Amino acid sequence: MVLDRSVIGSTSESKVIEIEKGAIRTFANAIGDPNPLYTDEEFAKKHGFASLVAPPTFPTTFRVPNPNLQIKAARVLHGEQEYSYVRPIVAGESLRCTSKVVDVYERAGKLGAMTFLVTEIRGEDLDGNLVFTGRSTIIL
Amino acid sequence: MHSIRWDEIEVGQQLEPLIQTAIEKVQLVKYAGASGDFNPIHTDDETARKVGLPGVIAHGMLSMGFLAEHAAGIVGTHGFVSRLKVRFAGMVFPGDVLTCHAKVVAKDEKERTVGLEVRIEREEGKALTVGEASLTYYQTA
Repeated sequence: MVLDRSVIGSTSESKVIEIEKGAIRTFANAIGDPNPLYTDEEFAKKHGFASLVAPPTFPTTFRVPNPNLQIKAARVLHGEQEYSYVRPIVAGESLRCTSKVVDVYERAGKLGAMTFLVTEIRGEDLDGNLVFTGRSTIIL
Repeated sequence: MHSIRWDEIEVGQQLEPLIQTAIEKVQLVKYAGASGDFNPIHTDDETARKVGLPGVIAHGMLSMGFLAEHAAGIVGTHGFVSRLKVRFAGMVFPGDVLTCHAKVVAKDEKERTVGLEVRIEREEGKALTVGEASLTYYQTA
């Protein structure tokens, strides 16, 4: 296996990420998503938000490295991804994010054994209230 | 597309599909920059071919972003996308024209949530990205 199962349970340091308006606009624009909640601050405010809202897949931009996890694979495929929200993420806030390895397993595939790595990320506001969780499965 | 209010959405509805413009290589470069995913298999044909691909492939997360666009467009400002889960089943290439589909599979009056089955297709009947979404509607919506 390209990854040892001993990494299961290991966590990253927690990292505070500032949610920036520019990053949200750039991200929505790259997808081509015209939703005004992501780009028009007046519109977002009119609908009860303090500032621009982040698109549901925005946490993919959060880099929360886990020093215990060293991936040495020529080809990495994204198998599955999930995001769950207590409420939308809004520009101007800061989220404390931590990621954790929750599973490593092997399956036989067409091209030989494949290793599946499952990680979870949690984002809380600075008062410790959960805002979102993410779960990612990548194939090595 | 128009968003759908709580009183209009019903289990079994097949919602109006969202057709994306054709994927262009420059979009993959933009998405790499915006997302921070600089894996060169999405931006450099030579690297992609070295790992056995015919050329660059789109980021899976871009397809998930398209499904998020569709789900968020359905709920509009009446609520928000409270969950989105997808499985990447097939690769997406430059030139592909993708269509996002969504079907209403659950409606919970107490929780004010709607469950959707979502998928992306290039050719009809062949899903490249499949998953499920939950929309949480605000009490006043």
